Amino acid sequence: MAMLLAKRLVQSCLILLGVAAITFILLYALPADPARMLAGRSATAQTVENIRRELGLDQPLLTQFLHYLGNLVQGDLGRSYAQKTEVATLIMARLPATLTLMAAGIFVEVLFGLTFGIVAALNRGGAIDRIVMASAFVGVSAPQFVVALLLLYVFAATLGWFPMSGYGTLAHVVLPAMTLGILGAGWYARMARSAMIDVLNQDFIRTARAKGLSGRRVVLRHALPNAILPIVAMIGIDIGQFMGGVVVVEAVYGWPGIGQLAWQAIQQVDIPIIMGVTLTSAFAIIVGNLVADLIAPMIDPRIRSH
Amino acid sequence: MTSSNAAPVLSVRNLSVDARTPEGLKRILDGVSFDLAAGETLCLAGESGSGKSVTSLAIMGLLPKASLKVSSGEIRLEDRNILGIPTRALRKIRGGDIAMIFQEPMTSLNPVMTIGDQMVEAIREHREDLSEGAEAIARSMLDAVQMSEAPRRLKQYPHELSGGMRQRVMIAMALSCRPKVLIADEPTTALDVTVQAQILTLMRELRREFSTSILMITHDMGVVAEMADRVAIMQQGRIVEQGDVLDVFARPRETYTRQLLAAVPRLGAHAGTDGPPRLTAAKVPVAEKPVLVVKDLSVTYGARAGWFNRSRVAPATVSDISFTIKAGETLGLVGESGSGKSTTGKAVLNLIPFEGSVAIDGRETSGLKPAAMRPVRRVAQMIFQDPYASLDPRMTVGAAIAEPLVIHNVGNTSERQDRVAALLARVGMPTDAGSRYPHEFSGGQRQRICIARALALEPKLIVADESVAALDVSVRGRVLDLMLELQEQMGLAYLFISHDMAVIEKMSHHVAVMRGGRIVEMGTRRQVFENPGDDYTRNLMAAVPIPDPALYRKVANG
Repeated sequence: MAMLLAKRLVQSCLILLGVAAITFILLYALPADPARMLAGRSATAQTVENIRRELGLDQPLLTQFLHYLGNLVQGDLGRSYAQKTEVATLIMARLPATLTLMAAGIFVEVLFGLTFGIVAALNRGGAIDRIVMASAFVGVSAPQFVVALLLLYVFAATLGWFPMSGYGTLAHVVLPAMTLGILGAGWYARMARSAMIDVLNQDFIRTARAKGLSGRRVVLRHALPNAILPIVAMIGIDIGQFMGGVVVVEAVYGWPGIGQLAWQAIQQVDIPIIMGVTLTSAFAIIVGNLVADLIAPMIDPRIRSH
Repeated sequence: MTSSNAAPVLSVRNLSVDARTPEGLKRILDGVSFDLAAGETLCLAGESGSGKSVTSLAIMGLLPKASLKVSSGEIRLEDRNILGIPTRALRKIRGGDIAMIFQEPMTSLNPVMTIGDQMVEAIREHREDLSEGAEAIARSMLDAVQMSEAPRRLKQYPHELSGGMRQRVMIAMALSCRPKVLIADEPTTALDVTVQAQILTLMRELRREFSTSILMITHDMGVVAEMADRVAIMQQGRIVEQGDVLDVFARPRETYTRQLLAAVPRLGAHAGTDGPPRLTAAKVPVAEKPVLVVKDLSVTYGARAGWFNRSRVAPATVSDISFTIKAGETLGLVGESGSGKSTTGKAVLNLIPFEGSVAIDGRETSGLKPAAMRPVRRVAQMIFQDPYASLDPRMTVGAAIAEPLVIHNVGNTSERQDRVAALLARVGMPTDAGSRYPHEFSGGQRQRICIARALALEPKLIVADESVAALDVSVRGRVLDLMLELQEQMGLAYLFISHDMAVIEKMSHHVAVMRGGRIVEMGTRRQVFENPGDDYTRNLMAAVPIPDPALYRKVANG
């Protein structure tokens, strides 16, 4: 276990370094000039030049990158060009909102995905199976902004059950979480279904039934823990998918998370914020995968003894 | 032991089962009737597809509803018909009155639950009168099946136990609710022969101790001879003959029974001869140079040191083995699972990295790159165990046989076609087989196709890894005969790998017995089988069931 963690730590650092380097190069390869954006339309060439020097943008790219890395290892993500605030402070202020949204989204996706997937597997080939799989297909195919607008129209505008936008109460989180979770729920339903069907055909399920156990116990105690393994691994990988969705969903619902922060920063070519958000996302994905890898041996003793 | 006058515990009457197919219902079990008396062991014996497993699943009410359906009949447990009773009532019987153990101990236990939890669950389901705790019962059951350290075993997971131990757990679990009937569906087929002997002995003892009737399903007439009081021979969904096991073996009435018994390989059947039986008049070429020379071969799996585990050194899977095979001769490599026999076969064909020296037809293969290995591969071919998995289902049989020719650039299209036709004829397949697909053929026919494919390049050496293990006995005999015929006609050298002592005896000129990655004994067939020098070889031979109930009883009673 200690070995696994040590290995993961080294891997994680390398991944973060790679992500930082690629993002850095891509951002500076952009035709947009952050100094000119900051200076405004009417600024003279001299002003722009001054700003550029002030931000250190006149240095060679490698020097800039090493400087950035040097600060990064000390936990300094730099200052926002536009907002003149520490990037770390900006991100930390908005992180709780995004984490709440993501947790709710994962909850929706796993709850709906697993439930429908298992129900479909148990009714394999029947009408329920076909309805669930068709809905899952729609869920997987529907673009997030369409889902968001649809949910807003039905549950906020027409029925008035939930607020249109905002942040703070449980009611506020429902529609954004649904929007975020529906796509994943479709995937999970399909995956849970095939994993369940696979497990239900295994010899040990026949053994469990031959013992005279109830159908419910066979499914919940014997089939589910075995079927859930690939799904746990998937959740870790999924967090990356989620970050993409978060930007859209936060924009539509006016959710004050780091997705919105990133959105504004991209418009302003506020490179430190973009870097900061990207690295935070990469970190979240790494943590997500690590958690998934730590949960897997709790469920499966075969992994534990390796 | 037979108590035919007492009322039967289990009685099956005119049981018929239909399979739902795209073409409509197809009868796969047809009017099966038998009785199981108290304390009796009845064996349902037959080849694959005879309906023996369907019968047992029907009794348990475990037939897959989507594909199979009972169309008529009665299954009486004592005086109650249990066919078609509500699930709730059936659940009380399953695991309670009738318990079952299965063929695959490796996959029949839930991998994420402890042995203890799985046993306790069954006990809690059926035994309300718990004077002692369910855990205590589980522990005493593990003692009853002679597992050491029962308290520790209860906390272990299935993957921590060997196949034989898992089957003991299955038996303990099945008997923990004191069933009247124990159905054992090929309970030892997946086990090594020495473990099989232990499990069969255990089952005989437990039958007495728990006074349970056993309905045993098996394809192995040796197991029937050792276990059964009575036997029912099944063929294509019917019971063709049933009766006292001594009578059926001594005086089989039906032609099918006679064929089945005749096809059973018997250890010692070829005593007193040096080579396999001659089947053709072909002159066996006398070879000077050996086709295969293996010297100090060792294989170590997972030895590659990684970034984080520089120090880990895996034990060798095969260590320091040496042998040679001449043209027209067979070396039988026999051993139990994990003995390293398959690994040896793969190393000989340079399919896995190895240390030591392997020379095929005078060419050293150690360290050869795939491109340099290619000409050697023409000389040495392999036939695998599973004829279902070793043919590409999307490739016609003709294309599969022609593929080695294409890879090695032999002939043009029409020459290849002629060659495929000739090869098919040679292995006894119809010529039109070439344009058909593997799924249209039976297991035995597929193995013939695999042999034809291996012969396409006119090799000198064939590595046959458990090549008949997946086949029914009657088919197995014909495939073995084909291999012997081809050897005589073409002067092939075989490295014949098998766990089956009787098959090795039939096929080999020389025999090497492997255990734990080493050859413990090697010699001519006559030496090894008639005068074994190693205790392990003797144990292996003693563990093989004797397919003769009269002889077995004589041996067992002293």
